[in-house]
Amino acid sequence: MASLRDIKTKIKGVKKTRQITRAMNMVSAAKLRGVQARTLRFRPYAEKFAEVLARLAQGMRPDSHPLLYQAPQINTVAVLLFTSERGLCGAFNNNLILTALRFIREQEAAGKKVRIYAVGRKGYDYYANRRGQDFAGGITGDLGSMGFETVAAAADLVMRDFLSHDVQEAHMIYSNFRSMSTQAPTLEKILPITPPELASPGGAQVIDYIIEPSAEDLVGEILPRYLNVRVYQALLETATGEHAARMLAMDNATKNCSEIITNLTIMYNKARQAAITSELIDIVSGADAVSG
Amino acid sequence: MDNSILLEVVTPERLLLSKPVQMVMAVGSDGAMGILPHHTHLLTGLKIDALRWLEGTVEKKAFISGGLMEVTPEKVSVLAESAELEEEINKERVLEARKRAEDRIAKAKTGAPDIDLLRAENALRRAISRLKILN
Repeated sequence: MASLRDIKTKIKGVKKTRQITRAMNMVSAAKLRGVQARTLRFRPYAEKFAEVLARLAQGMRPDSHPLLYQAPQINTVAVLLFTSERGLCGAFNNNLILTALRFIREQEAAGKKVRIYAVGRKGYDYYANRRGQDFAGGITGDLGSMGFETVAAAADLVMRDFLSHDVQEAHMIYSNFRSMSTQAPTLEKILPITPPELASPGGAQVIDYIIEPSAEDLVGEILPRYLNVRVYQALLETATGEHAARMLAMDNATKNCSEIITNLTIMYNKARQAAITSELIDIVSGADAVSG
Repeated sequence: MDNSILLEVVTPERLLLSKPVQMVMAVGSDGAMGILPHHTHLLTGLKIDALRWLEGTVEKKAFISGGLMEVTPEKVSVLAESAELEEEINKERVLEARKRAEDRIAKAKTGAPDIDLLRAENALRRAISRLKILN
């Protein structure tokens, strides 16, 4: 049996670990609220944007803008993969990377090549160090502090390759925040752009707008921005999911620590009791020997 | 008849402004325009420039880094990737940004390969129109 002092040191160590995991849990909770507030602030912009685009896109031909162009044959597919910057969030990043791997396998089975773009350190490192995978770089940094402009730069990477016809289709893989305990890796097609539908088609909503300069020009201006909006939304979802996943992971870790501490304390008490008993035996047998 | 129109300025980061105003002045893709209440429906792109409006008889300004404007008889919605109210603009930072942009453009013209001329020019345009708002 381990000595009393060993057990005591171990209990101290586990208690410190528990303090850290508990603190990380609380930090994640705070960050989660921050990202959720940003998501709420972003919503009016995203909604208005989709509405305007839907209105403009009514009756537009699919070949009127390069970002709407559906190539007859697809050779290379781009994948924009969102992961978190840091670990310690359970299976969160693993699930995202696995989804990417599965998608790549499917595409390659269909005879297409896949090019990866990454947002977030985990996915970036995974693909940067993987041989035989076409990796086009990306952006790393804490997702929660990425602004709209940073994200636009990431979207730009993909868009450039699409416009130069290096890739004919683009998807993104991000984590869809369903609830505090469920974050589902989600695959979505982002290029060519499919314009959103009007919420109430054919209703009284149809209003004749004066459009300046012209519908085509305006669509040309807002389509790239629409891509940014989609990518930014995915980023916010992923950041929310990351913090939720970390909260859960840290909560579990804290519980495990408490359990270990309970077990160790029982062990400590037993060891102490055993030491007392053996000391007593010593004394008693010594006394017996003296009194003969 | 109520003689005001609701002006709403939204960016990805926040709702910058939402209040009734008497008139909105903006620089659209096809030139400057003034919008009064009960304007007809209109959709237009916006240039990187100032957005001005009248609250009563007081003129207020904000910086808009390009975007969209949707006008209905009751409401003007401005969608911009970034926007700042006049009082939020930090002059020192803008001056710095202008200098940086000018340096980058100068470098790009001498043929530095890693500099995006278009982006630098846009940065310069943003800095200049911010300064214009302040002066």
